[in-house]
Amino acid sequence: MSGRDAILGAVRRSLKRAAGDAAALAAVEARLDTRERGPVPARAQIDAKARVDLFQAMAEEHSATLTRVAVAQDVPGAVATYLKKHNLPQRLRAAPDPEIDALPWDTQSLLTVERGRAEASDETSLTGAFAGIAETGTLMLLSGEAAPTTLNFLPDTHIVMIKASQVVGPYEDAWDLVRAKHGPGELPRTVNFITGPSRTADIEQTIQLGAHGPRRLHIVLVEDGPGEESEDGTGDGA
Amino acid sequence: MRSIAHSFKDNAKAALADPQLRRALDNIKTGFITKRAAAAARLPEFEALRDAARDIKNHTLDHLDLYLERYAENVQAGGGHVHWCATAEDARAAVLEICRRAGAKTVTKGKSMISEEIALNDYLEANGITPVETDLGEYIIQLRHEPPSHIIAPAVHLTKDAIEADFRKAHPQFPKDRPLSEPRHLVDEARQVLRSRFLAADVGITGANFLIAETGSSVIVTNEGNGDLTQVIPKVHIVVASLEKVIPNLYDLSTILRVLARSATGQEFTTYTTVSSGPKRPEDPDGPEEYHVILLDNGRSRMLGGEFREVLRCIRCGACMNHCPVYHAIGGHAYGWVYPGPIGAVLTPGLLGVEEAGALPNASTFCGRCESVCPMRIPLPKLMRHWREREFERHLTPAPVRYGLAAWAFLARRPALYHWLLGLEMRVLGALGRRKGRFAWLPFAGGWTRHRDFPAPQGRTFQSLWAERKTGGAP
Amino acid sequence: MPQDSPLESAYAPARVGLFVTCLVDAMRPSVGFAAVKLLEDAGCAVEVPRAQTCCGQPAYNSGDRADSQALARQTIEAFEGFDYVVAPSGSCAAMIREHYPALLAEDPAWSARAQHVAARTYELTSFLTDVRGVSALAARFEGTVTYHDGCSGLRELGVREQPRQLLASVRGLTLNEMRDSDVCCGFGGTFCVKFSDISNTMVSDKIDGIAKSGARTLLAGDLGCLLNMAGKLKRTGVPVEARHVAEVLAEMTDDPAIGEAAKD
Ligand code: SF4
Repeated sequence: MSGRDAILGAVRRSLKRAAGDAAALAAVEARLDTRERGPVPARAQIDAKARVDLFQAMAEEHSATLTRVAVAQDVPGAVATYLKKHNLPQRLRAAPDPEIDALPWDTQSLLTVERGRAEASDETSLTGAFAGIAETGTLMLLSGEAAPTTLNFLPDTHIVMIKASQVVGPYEDAWDLVRAKHGPGELPRTVNFITGPSRTADIEQTIQLGAHGPRRLHIVLVEDGPGEESEDGTGDGA
Repeated sequence: MRSIAHSFKDNAKAALADPQLRRALDNIKTGFITKRAAAAARLPEFEALRDAARDIKNHTLDHLDLYLERYAENVQAGGGHVHWCATAEDARAAVLEICRRAGAKTVTKGKSMISEEIALNDYLEANGITPVETDLGEYIIQLRHEPPSHIIAPAVHLTKDAIEADFRKAHPQFPKDRPLSEPRHLVDEARQVLRSRFLAADVGITGANFLIAETGSSVIVTNEGNGDLTQVIPKVHIVVASLEKVIPNLYDLSTILRVLARSATGQEFTTYTTVSSGPKRPEDPDGPEEYHVILLDNGRSRMLGGEFREVLRCIRCGACMNHCPVYHAIGGHAYGWVYPGPIGAVLTPGLLGVEEAGALPNASTFCGRCESVCPMRIPLPKLMRHWREREFERHLTPAPVRYGLAAWAFLARRPALYHWLLGLEMRVLGALGRRKGRFAWLPFAGGWTRHRDFPAPQGRTFQSLWAERKTGGAP
Repeated sequence: MPQDSPLESAYAPARVGLFVTCLVDAMRPSVGFAAVKLLEDAGCAVEVPRAQTCCGQPAYNSGDRADSQALARQTIEAFEGFDYVVAPSGSCAAMIREHYPALLAEDPAWSARAQHVAARTYELTSFLTDVRGVSALAARFEGTVTYHDGCSGLRELGVREQPRQLLASVRGLTLNEMRDSDVCCGFGGTFCVKFSDISNTMVSDKIDGIAKSGARTLLAGDLGCLLNMAGKLKRTGVPVEARHVAEVLAEMTDDPAIGEAAKD
């Protein structure tokens, strides 16, 4: 008997149930298909503008920093300013993401931008994000052709650009967007939820940033008009 | 790891006599507790989320076979491999075989209690493979050849001075006079040392906080990012996880995550939550080429069938030990195996047998603080009591306790005799203790009077005085 | 029989069976009399069945189900005729209220009787406030006190505000909260003897918090905890006296405090 059958057999003996119990199977199928949510915090069920504000407040509470820019064209300038302010080299490893490629990098003559996965020597990375989650100021990043996962963890500084329209309220809304993109039950190889920079409290319970992952997490938020999605400004949360 | 749970009393005694440990334990008594309380208070839905989290796990456990099947199918569909392992031995062998096939010399490891449970590090080392723990706390205790003393803060029993001394010894490559007295220095040094280890590793091993049946994914939750570097850089990623980690879908994950971090550290959300579904896809610029899941039973299927099923809801948040006054007194090592505190007191006898670990569920006042904070509403005191019942049924309770109990119960079941005898005894004790009001020593009460005085009784029993009042005498 | 809603019957006379508890019976009968006074003042007719001994916790917590079940049946039999069962102890009340039904759940002859008694059983201060609607008392006590929350009362029965509310009405009394008033004192019945070293560390912590509260009197609703803490206060020479909360609420504090010498 295979390990699988032995274990499943032992589990079934404990559950006092035979394999192929139709009622049990139906319960499981229903549960897997359900779109029913558990208790979703009221704090996350708010209109689009409030979502972006909460996202910022929560991200900052978790030691991320955030700059708002009016249009995507302003991102290279904001990145260069951030690097300068923190005395970091004007050099970036950017995700091979067409949206990032399309930005006017030539406006920043001092800034060198390389594309690709992270190398050990990279100090700063720039990536996009799939969604922002206001509930806890969390970024959701999906791995893929345009999004190497190493960029999220290896460099000392991780800069993320995200549009205000990508900010949702609760985690469940973010999962719904993933489902819409990839299909039910399908996920990219890696889904990273990131809330602030790396930290540890393993030494006498004192919080230290930058344990193994990035010491700094900086978010550049493009205010692409969250009001667009709904004239009355209540957003799609209503 | 080898269990020393059977010598719990001696372990506890040694722990109580360790001043360094007492200092370190003071750190957790306040920090975790106030932070959890604040996080819970800030989320009005917190109690409802606890109920929902409990219900999710109950439902999953009721259908565990089906969810496991579905989970494994989905892992395979995504190009991963599931290795079903009934015992710790099977799991170790499966890991070794994967490492050998990958030609691995070093493996990096994310924090995993299952890996501790199956004593993976010793086994790999014995087979010529170097395991490197990358969670800072785990790294520190690996340097010290110690087991973790807490399930989410493995080095919580150490002060920074002790860690400084370890680092000076373990890292001779750095200048002797470098500053290392502050946590910041220690964190930076560990980061530097481990960075090259991450890059050089052939295999990365992580645990899993959850397995998702709907998508065939494993989920890890870390603050440091070490788990991610462990799994994204090497060409092989191995996940070691026990059966009960599976939950149905991504909404369920969202619900449980809302209570996990808040209960564990009082954080709103852990820094990194990573959902992994298999190896690198053709278009991915990075990621592991192989993805394996070691799906371990090691006693879970047995526990599922009896009165201890509820413990399988545990999400290893550590809140129960953070709030346990016994844990605060003795720390985690005294419990003698992988899982300390209230969860250990219930789980360890289930996994190792009540003969080995029977003292653990006895070492509780049933104060109930653990149950009151457990996000999964596991009735830990009730389950500890069930272990005591097992012990009692099997005559493992020490003889003096049994006989004392039997004599006491004999009397207590005979009210008339009981009241008469107690009346006599209290008159004697009351008279003897009247002058001082207390006893510094009493026969058969050494356990009490070693540390405290025994207050003298007032001299008459309530029942005898009440009888007098009823018949007209003054109370 | 009581009304369905406890508060509806607030001022109706009630027949109360006092579950004295084995510790009060043996060690400190004055607590029993204080409880009787408080109950009578709240309009209850109090009786003390002689067929009671102990609620069975020592056996129950030692894994001895048979003896605990026997004691549960004995207690149920003695008390099932009353409107209410009241105990000057959170842990004994919790034993009857929370654990008897579970203990006898599989016994068809006793399960319903256990539930019947359980539903009528209260810890003293909770009975006075929650059931009898007492919000103030006529008592006076000159001094600063601190209050320890016994674990079972607090976490199994939700007794926390009730004693504090009643204490707030006592003239002359100031309550100084100790730190961690909700943390176990280390008594735990047989625990304090079986694991006396661990228990000692716990009670030492407790004593430290009590001493730092600045109070001169320690109050609690459970005599077990009080004996433990008083014994440690005495051993370490901390000048804080220990009393059951009922003594202060009933203004019956003439007897020496727990562990104090008799005044001759
Ligand atoms: S038993 Fe509950 S509190 Fe303890 S670790 Fe498990 S989930 Fe957390």
